Amino acid sequence: MANSNDTKITKSDETARYDEGRMLPPVDVFEDASGITLYADLPGVPKDKLTIRVEADALTIEGEVSLPVAANVEASHAEVNLSRYQRAFSLGQELDREKVAAEFKNGVLKLHIPKAEHAKPRKVEVRVA
Amino acid sequence: MYRTLFPSTFFAELDRLQREMQRFAGPTTSIRGFGRNGFPALNIGGTPDSVEIYAFAPGLDPKTLDVTIERGVLSLSGERHSDLPADDSKSSVHINERFDGHFRRAVSLSDDVDPENVTADYNDGVVHISIKRRASAQPRRIEIH
Repeated sequence: MANSNDTKITKSDETARYDEGRMLPPVDVFEDASGITLYADLPGVPKDKLTIRVEADALTIEGEVSLPVAANVEASHAEVNLSRYQRAFSLGQELDREKVAAEFKNGVLKLHIPKAEHAKPRKVEVRVA
Repeated sequence: MYRTLFPSTFFAELDRLQREMQRFAGPTTSIRGFGRNGFPALNIGGTPDSVEIYAFAPGLDPKTLDVTIERGVLSLSGERHSDLPADDSKSSVHINERFDGHFRRAVSLSDDVDPENVTADYNDGVVHISIKRRASAQPRRIEIH
């Protein structure tokens, strides 16, 4: 292909990857006074292939499966057919997106998103006059 | 959270549909069923000299995993504990989709594998089991003189 088309090629590669389909990783989410904790199962994703993005109101988790498969392996049965995980969550106003903490171990991602100061529960003292 | 939006029969209906579709996949069914939707998900492949099994089992302590081969059946069992907090008033669970509890999956192996020659490792939440085939079972090219 002509060199002038270089940028176009990358773009279409990007679209091809986008169209490939993604798996929705199963998650557990719970909330307590300190904020939201999320666990996501991303088996087969090495640390360097995991991306966590916080843009505007959305938190996006993306991961690419990378298995040490020998070149001559022929698959006979596959329950994991796709090689990418992706899932997005909307955060809402009361979470502090600047302080997202992430841990990733044995294919499980743990995210903690604290509540913004203004949204933390406050105990209101009731004084009897 | 969103589960409450659907009646519980919605997912049962999806499952039924999926089973219906699998019925048309082939004339025979494995005696151990399709084993789909189980934990951990399995990918199985082979090379001329080995059988490679990948089990997608994130968040486990590999020491608690039990891998056995008995009479040509490889089974993988263990337990995964929930990461959700115990039921109390201090926290609320919004989404609970990840598997927890005991699991066991079995794979029937072909006759030519050597149960003495197995390696297993655990990386990034994936158990990789590699079983060598017996040398005698490997295809051999016979020279014609």
